[in-house]
Amino acid sequence: MQNGKIDKIWQILGSVPDPEIPVISVVELGVIRDVQLIKNEYVISVTPTYSGCPAVKTFQDDIKEQLKINNINNFKIEIVYKPAWTTDWMTQETKEKLRDYGISPPEKNASCPQCKSKEIELISEFGATACKSMYKCNDCLEPFEHFKCI
Amino acid sequence: MTDIEKYILRIADTTLILSQRLSEWCSKGPSLEEDIALSNISLDLLGQANGLLEYVSKLNGEISPDEYAFKRDEREFYNFQICEIENGHFGDTIIRQFLIDIYFKLYYQELEKSKDETLSALATKSLKEVSYHLRHSSNWVIRLGDGTQESKDKIQKSLNNIWKYTGEFFEMDELDKKMLKEKIGVNNKTLKKDWDKLVDETLIKAKLKRPEDGYMMTGSRKGIHTEMLGKILSEMQYLPRAYPDAKW
Repeated sequence: MQNGKIDKIWQILGSVPDPEIPVISVVELGVIRDVQLIKNEYVISVTPTYSGCPAVKTFQDDIKEQLKINNINNFKIEIVYKPAWTTDWMTQETKEKLRDYGISPPEKNASCPQCKSKEIELISEFGATACKSMYKCNDCLEPFEHFKCI
Repeated sequence: MTDIEKYILRIADTTLILSQRLSEWCSKGPSLEEDIALSNISLDLLGQANGLLEYVSKLNGEISPDEYAFKRDEREFYNFQICEIENGHFGDTIIRQFLIDIYFKLYYQELEKSKDETLSALATKSLKEVSYHLRHSSNWVIRLGDGTQESKDKIQKSLNNIWKYTGEFFEMDELDKKMLKEKIGVNNKTLKKDWDKLVDETLIKAKLKRPEDGYMMTGSRKGIHTEMLGKILSEMQYLPRAYPDAKW
């Protein structure tokens, strides 16, 4: 019964999109580390992507809202820092979703998400969000965002 | 205030005040990319400060993280003085960032080994971010130092002016010694050798001359600051002080 409820919570969390990159969920992003039942309370362990990422607060609010809509009220969100979040936690499937969305996923040999060319050039280490840097494709000339490997 | 609370406030204040300073570049950067870069770095530092202040608040049990940031006066802040100096021109900001990024990297590498698990976890997290910041600032030091005569002259002057603020990184007062003994804190003195090495590596590539170690500014460990801190706090703390408990 309780395990069923935990599965249900994971399922709800899987429907909460990343506020900045709505094609992937917070579960796919890898920030949900654990869901446990401790003394009649579901403890959801969340780890921040970047220390200062403003989306962290937003997705916590979104998680709370979705759980409440689904009549789950006995929960708390706990911030954990260890182990530190890494893009290695993203599955290949999640990476492909990012690519289809136009963001080059966190991989060592980044390529243009439009034309797949490897002839790319770094424009800036920092992009519109903390987790991305800016590149330009030298073949199709399109600028694109790259999800940094950390 | 307990020793560990005061010890954590030093690094928390250093990240907080530097973040506040860097945020002044937002919308005023020399190019859109740099505007975004400096704002991003500011945001990372604010996040680091937040994690540390939340931890101090938890240890203290009475003072909230916001109260630490907004309700203390100058003499109760323990940030390094280098964070307070004005942004100046882009080269001044880059040099300040470069010198402190190397310090952060080395400091967090050591803090990662702290027997305090929370501090160790926060250090690991921050280290990932700082590595990015350092790559950014080092690249600019090289570009400006090995750039035009004007950029070279300007950034050499920035380096010469800011150098005297780096002595504080390596000081060890009674509290530092105590924290080191308890395996919580870092031996700042031993960071100097690696810091020198990393600074030199980039300065050589940038064709810049390393200033001599001369008079060094000091005092932040006792809450003594330059006159600039008051001005930073007056801006940073204005709203929560004028409208206590204001909510968005």
